[in-house]
Amino acid sequence: MSEAAFLLSTTVNGEPVTVAAPHHWTLLEVLRYKLDLIGSKQGCDKGDCGACTVQLDGEPVLACLTLAAHAQGREVTTVEGLGHCHGGCHPLQDAFDRWTAAQCGFCTPGILMSAEALIRKRGRAVEHTEVAEALAGNLCRCTGYTKILDAVVDASQQMHPAPGKE
Amino acid sequence: MATDANNPSPEDAPSHDPWQLGQSHRKVDAMERMRGITRYTDDLKLPGMLHAKILRSPHAHARIKSIDTSKALALEGVFAIVTGQDFKIPYGIIPWTPDENALAVDKVLHVGDGVAAVAARDEDTAIAAMRLIEVEYEVLKAFFDPEESLANTDRSLSINPYGRKGNLSKRVLLEFGEVEQKISGADLVVEGDYFFEGTTHGAIEPHCALAHVEGDMSKSGILTVWSATQVSHYLHRELSKVLEIPAHRIRVIQPPLGGAFGGKSEPFDLEFCAAKLAMLTGRPVKLLYTREEVFYSHRGRHPMKMHYRTGFTREGKITGVDARTILDGGAYSSFGLVTTYYSGQLLCAPYEFASYRFESLRAYTNKPACGPKRGHGSVQPRFAMEIQLDKAAVALGIDPIELRRRNNLGSESTTVNKFRVGSNGFSECLDKVEAASGWRERKPKLPYGRGLGVAGSTYISGTNYPIYPNEMPQAAVQICLDRSGRARVFSGANDIGQGSNTMLAVIVSEELGLPLEDIRVLSADTDLCPVDLGAYSSRITLMVGNACMQAAQKLRRKVCAAVAKRWEIPRRRVALIARKALDLENPDRSVPLREAFCWAEADNGLLGEVGSYNTPKDRHGDYRGGTIGASPAYSFTAHLAEVEVDPETGIVDVKTIWVAHDCGKALSKRIVEGQIEGSTYMGFGEALMEQHVVDPQHNGVHASPSFLDYRMPTFLDTPKLEAMIVEAPDANGPYGAKEAGEGPLHSSIPAIANAIYDAVGVRIDTLPFSPAKVLAAIDARREQEAAGLVPEHKSGQTHGRRSA
Repeated sequence: MSEAAFLLSTTVNGEPVTVAAPHHWTLLEVLRYKLDLIGSKQGCDKGDCGACTVQLDGEPVLACLTLAAHAQGREVTTVEGLGHCHGGCHPLQDAFDRWTAAQCGFCTPGILMSAEALIRKRGRAVEHTEVAEALAGNLCRCTGYTKILDAVVDASQQMHPAPGKE
Repeated sequence: MATDANNPSPEDAPSHDPWQLGQSHRKVDAMERMRGITRYTDDLKLPGMLHAKILRSPHAHARIKSIDTSKALALEGVFAIVTGQDFKIPYGIIPWTPDENALAVDKVLHVGDGVAAVAARDEDTAIAAMRLIEVEYEVLKAFFDPEESLANTDRSLSINPYGRKGNLSKRVLLEFGEVEQKISGADLVVEGDYFFEGTTHGAIEPHCALAHVEGDMSKSGILTVWSATQVSHYLHRELSKVLEIPAHRIRVIQPPLGGAFGGKSEPFDLEFCAAKLAMLTGRPVKLLYTREEVFYSHRGRHPMKMHYRTGFTREGKITGVDARTILDGGAYSSFGLVTTYYSGQLLCAPYEFASYRFESLRAYTNKPACGPKRGHGSVQPRFAMEIQLDKAAVALGIDPIELRRRNNLGSESTTVNKFRVGSNGFSECLDKVEAASGWRERKPKLPYGRGLGVAGSTYISGTNYPIYPNEMPQAAVQICLDRSGRARVFSGANDIGQGSNTMLAVIVSEELGLPLEDIRVLSADTDLCPVDLGAYSSRITLMVGNACMQAAQKLRRKVCAAVAKRWEIPRRRVALIARKALDLENPDRSVPLREAFCWAEADNGLLGEVGSYNTPKDRHGDYRGGTIGASPAYSFTAHLAEVEVDPETGIVDVKTIWVAHDCGKALSKRIVEGQIEGSTYMGFGEALMEQHVVDPQHNGVHASPSFLDYRMPTFLDTPKLEAMIVEAPDANGPYGAKEAGEGPLHSSIPAIANAIYDAVGVRIDTLPFSPAKVLAAIDARREQEAAGLVPEHKSGQTHGRRSA
């Protein structure tokens, strides 16, 4: 079908990007189909599962409910960009690996993006209850959430060691 | 070579303490998933790829009078359309019940049944084309209630041509011992009706398939199908049958999978349609389900209506169990033949039954077909049985844990239905949850509204007989070592997120001394890997693990022999550990493994070995159906739940679930814990929140085909889960290992039900335990209390009690 397209200029994982996309496309479609950034997942099509969570100007958003046009001139961060400032592996990713917090891993990119925003905003080590609240929009069907909670708390402690522990 | 994986010869025993088994490992494939690099099926993209969509029936039961695809075909960007006429050969995961077609041939049997599939240049065009397909239906009366369906006598309204009289899909009646006599003569008879609601898998990755043709399929071309399946071998077989292409010209690849839980254990319409459309167009074709389509494809937990009579002696011993079950099967058989057997056959442990009879009837109905979901067929009867036991404990004044101990079947035993059980750690599971929860001290003191409940269960570690009869091994693994110092492991097993690739790497690591990062596991590609039956019935650790151990041990012998020859010492003195071969009696002498591999290759030629595993065939009874449910080894579980019930609202707040699971031997500790936690969570969701139902008032449409409306527990809903590992090593398992992926779901649900009874004195015998249902039961009890018919529950403890 011929559809009017528009030029989207945005920054993705620190790199400026200009791409043509149909007006009705979501940010998730642009990321996955145009930019081949497949880390953000499509689990439910309608904002229920959180597997597509990315950050827009540092705020976690559901890329499947965000029109691509909404990202015009803004900064998008996906799971592929998470480790950029950490030598390729973010402390969250390392903690998830140590705790076996990813089983199938399909929900993990979205969870990582939500968790990173939580720790960054708090600026300190976080606790189980606040992690559960921050991640309530991200479904995981494998783990029973236990190891994910442990991994996020652990990573936040690595990033913000308690005074006297260094 | 006459090595038998069941009975490793003494020289196969490691000559040093385990260095990998039982540790916590980083999974071999997790980091790429967390970096967003891993390509799941929908992440694959091929040049010239088309996208396909399936047009689905809006009717629950209707004859297809005509399909006109001409307008759709004329739409620009449409490449091909297929209908049921292109798939006349029926299939079915169970060879005896091939009762479905890739697309409906002349009748649709439920809302969402596939009718036609379109391949177009993009999804939007395919969707637009679907809307241009004209289908004329003759709507038929639909059956949504299994008993009404079974009562049907009008052959013209038979749902599925495989249905016997009255839409019967399968009937099983088995009796062991004098049930009537043993129950009627019992000191106590507990009788109850239970209903287990249907639930679905809810894997976050939707089903997806991609098909690609190379060459001329009428001659020597090759069809490759990438699919998010958990049983690539069975998909391979059914593709060959339905598409009439020899299996050796089909390659099935399972890319990394985003969860399955039984929901991807058989072929679906999308794989056949993508393949056929790729063959017709010569272009790669991808088909991705929407979440709604996943709900309609279903194959989840069968709703079961169960009537149980159980006899007990005064001391709480079970004298007999009489079970009658009606299974609501939906429109197709799926695994239903097995489910019908499992609904009775898998109940006979962990308790000793003096006698047992079950009759199970599976009905066809005009709903999405039910199939296997984690704990296939046995989660429902376990729910009924464990509440029966709890009712008996109350009636007899016996502690519910003690009652279970008194009936414990024990190890090296035989069940009433003649299954031979090896190791059994059930007693230790009960001990662990009892101690961790503070059961003895806390239970008598908990106020009204607060309660503790216990339940136990068992599960199979694979089935002794494969789905299609054959005498070949049930699992096989090939391992190659090369001069770079690494191992490549080829296995047909499907890693669906449960960590089977890591399990294989741990075994190879243990045997060959390589760290996990030096081991490459290549799995679930029918061109590269030996046949494996796939990820179902919790078979992989035991079966594929045994095959892998055997192959790795053969290689270890070769490598150790090559080193021993050069050092002029006996082979038994050489150990392979931490990337080195070393002399056990002179630990200063060592050589890097890479070099040891070179020595062995120089002595033997290319270093490759295969291992295979077949099940013991002497562990079941000699009667029709006696093989179904027989397993090489059984796992055991105990759950103990603590709940708080609000008597004003009926809301059940599960605080903590303690769960102890006997997995024989935890090869990788955190992975096993993760399986126990994930299973327990899934049971919790079924207990309190989930319902997979269609709406008869609206023509059989799904009541909640989205993750918003089908309520799976979130981070905030899920209680604290305390997983404890119990290890009763089994002689049939690799290093003693048994299953951990399905067993720990079962007793999660009745433990919560029993805790609700302890809290507020009401029995909730139907799922889910919704606030309205619990509140109604509390109100009913209060009326009975007021009338003096029953004593006040926890009468001495008024805290939290609502004024009448």
